[in-house]
Amino acid sequence: MRAFADLIKTLDSTNKTTLKVEALTEYFKNAEDKDKVWTIAILSHRRPPRPVNTTLMREWASELANIPLWLFEESYHIVGDLAETIALVIPKSDSSTEKSLNQFLQEILDLKKKPEDVKKEYLFDNWLNLNYYERFVFTKLITGSFRIGVSQKLMTRALAKATEIDEDILAYKLMGNWEPSKITYNKLILEENEEDFLSKPYPFYLAYAIEDEPDALGDVSEWSAEHKWDGIRSQVIIRNDQLFVWSRGEELVTDKYPEFEALVGVVPNGTVIDGEILPFPDGEIGTFNDLQTRIGRKNVSKKLLEKTPVILKAYDILEWEGEDIRNTAFGERREILEKLYHEVRSDELPLHLSESIRFKTWEEAAVERENSREVKSEGLMLKRLDSPYLVGRKKGDWWKWKVDPLTIDAVLTYAMRGHGRRSNLFTDYTFGLWDEEKKELVTFAKAYSGLTDKEFRKLDAWIKRNTLDRFGPVRSVTPHYVFEIAFEGIAESKRHKSGVATRFPRILRWRLDKKIEEANTLEDLKALIP
Amino acid sequence: METPLLAFNDKGIYCAAADVYLDPWKPVDKAIISHGHADHSRYGHKKYITHHSNVPIISHRLGEISVTGKKWNESFTINGVKFSLHPAGHIIGSSQIRVEYKGEVWVFTGDYKTEDDGVAVPYEPVKCHTFITECTFGLPAFKWTPQEQVFTEINNWWAQNQADGRTSVLFGYSLGKAQRLLKHLDPSIGKIYTHGAIENMTEVLRSQMDFHETTRVTRETTKADMKGNIVLAPGSAHGSTWIRKMVPYVTASASGWMTFRGARRRRAIDKGFVLSDHCDWQGLLSSIKETGCEKVICTHGYTDIFSKYLREQGYDARTEETQYESETGQLESDKEKDSE
Repeated sequence: MRAFADLIKTLDSTNKTTLKVEALTEYFKNAEDKDKVWTIAILSHRRPPRPVNTTLMREWASELANIPLWLFEESYHIVGDLAETIALVIPKSDSSTEKSLNQFLQEILDLKKKPEDVKKEYLFDNWLNLNYYERFVFTKLITGSFRIGVSQKLMTRALAKATEIDEDILAYKLMGNWEPSKITYNKLILEENEEDFLSKPYPFYLAYAIEDEPDALGDVSEWSAEHKWDGIRSQVIIRNDQLFVWSRGEELVTDKYPEFEALVGVVPNGTVIDGEILPFPDGEIGTFNDLQTRIGRKNVSKKLLEKTPVILKAYDILEWEGEDIRNTAFGERREILEKLYHEVRSDELPLHLSESIRFKTWEEAAVERENSREVKSEGLMLKRLDSPYLVGRKKGDWWKWKVDPLTIDAVLTYAMRGHGRRSNLFTDYTFGLWDEEKKELVTFAKAYSGLTDKEFRKLDAWIKRNTLDRFGPVRSVTPHYVFEIAFEGIAESKRHKSGVATRFPRILRWRLDKKIEEANTLEDLKALIP
Repeated sequence: METPLLAFNDKGIYCAAADVYLDPWKPVDKAIISHGHADHSRYGHKKYITHHSNVPIISHRLGEISVTGKKWNESFTINGVKFSLHPAGHIIGSSQIRVEYKGEVWVFTGDYKTEDDGVAVPYEPVKCHTFITECTFGLPAFKWTPQEQVFTEINNWWAQNQADGRTSVLFGYSLGKAQRLLKHLDPSIGKIYTHGAIENMTEVLRSQMDFHETTRVTRETTKADMKGNIVLAPGSAHGSTWIRKMVPYVTASASGWMTFRGARRRRAIDKGFVLSDHCDWQGLLSSIKETGCEKVICTHGYTDIFSKYLREQGYDARTEETQYESETGQLESDKEKDSE
């Protein structure tokens, strides 16, 4: 544990990626195998199930710090991280632990089944006898999410350096379902094992947003376009008469979308399709709101399946006849995909093709892009015909070219402190639009991004001086500032007070030139619903 | 209703009996000033009264002003109200202002800390009935480490950067923090360079105290000169073109706000040293206890939270709005303190 806590401290003491990778590489070279597996697991967001709920942890921490619970809660809102708050309020200790990281994790795994008084004693004992960083890390392991400014990609890069195994191969090995308490370092990283690969997806290739006008991409004839669908990016795998569905978050979601079982026996074994899961109520593409009703459900009722079925809009094929064809040119992969599609297609099969569109000029492409909202897409995807399927977000071969967002001018009404690097700054905002009589502001969206750090600081200082009321971490502020809010899509919604749901709302501009009377009304917003 | 000895109005903390203001934020006729930071000593007053050692500081900052210097514990009377200044330990020349009238005693802390930093005259508790206190760090999350330990870390960090062939850039306010850092840096490691704002302020203070030799970073200073050495700079220099001269460099900030991991990450600083010129949570609580006061007025910082806690502890505590830098004060790089 000491080595891991030191690693976290080192990672915390630099903002430079190279130094972070260096520190991680050193760690992977020297740590014991079991600790390495857990470190990989933690940094790829595979955490042990939470053994103690956070309500109890808050109570216990305030007891140990000898402060009232309300004061702990206030401190938490300001610090912005539970484990960090706990590590800070408990009396300081300079002692350190000899126990290894994997011993701690085994204890944490076992703790779940223990009675409450044992849990409390275990936490008290460790909180009091670990130094600041060990205490912070220990509490993080218990509360879960370990976001410390190291992405999985960075961790994989360091692991590649330490093991001299290719980074892409490692990325592939680390995908999918594996349990850190059961797997060995050898099996996870070093060994080659065919069987394990049955359910494994390929790392997704992700596109960047286009920077200039598309003609900067060169000759239009080298590019293929298709609409950019707004669903869940997924890989559908058919191997050994079995179906596996993976979402981009590397989550195995096969059970959530039973529709795709219909592909087994129709699509041949040894096939991996890259595409978008889309809602398809009443025989046409629905809104992202429709899909929301499916996302969080593990057990899908028959009724829901009938009301909001899903389809796969296929746009690429990564494995064919059991062969990894990611290095084949995109144009050729599309030919294979289209041939497959035309052979198996039927009205009942939830497999649709994302039509590829070829243009003679970029102007022609621009016209098609303008049509995006009508066909329920977010814009166009541009893919170079001779490109391989890369790993992760890489510039050059794939670009997303979204339609310009819809916008509306709204008034800032509430603010909440942010988390992580925005802790103790009011950076999470709620915006309102005028009702019909322009008397009251009705909340319509929350937004967290779109301002520069400097603007955030300026607004934060203003919020602190213009607070009307406090509700725990939330403050209502004097209606004063108008912001132009951009969003991708809009739909009616019964779940929202305003009756409208917007997709990806964010701040486009701080309209210092506008008074609150000039902000838009709810009616203006509703007029944007297609 | 009886007029309180000190009242908070739109100009500052007002003593009606003496017709004098303490640390006013709008121009007034007569102002008693706790210390030289810009939010406490502003432009435009007709007369300034402050501690001797603060006179050169505010004269440097504010230019031609009419100012009278007082000694520690020296009583002076204005319209029958007795005033005296007592060390606050915040920065050189920082005072608590004691006000006595008809047997009633109030103390205004300005900014203060309980730890002896080796530069400012250390804080002395003063008995009073009403204690007007700052509470910049009035949360139980703030707990300072003894400064010896922090300075050992800072010097080790510098030596390590030197071994890695990098220049160390350490951020702190030009007035107060910079001199405290300078006092405790180990000059056997290398040369100490300073940003102009810090050099100017330090120059003013050398008449009162010995500091290690410093070298001002000028247009002629080269990358090679600075390599492996340390540069003291105000937070506002972070991200400026000025700092590019120090490549390859490592940055650190010394501040109480560095307690929060998020504060450091947000400002894209490599290393944070928790070192403050204000009281931590325990420091605030023990100071209040030592004054023997019954009433507490919280002026800036986490005032609502801190005064609520004090009320639970049996104090008659409340909050008053002032224009001293409070929650917004944490954005150190943006402070006007450094923009001089």
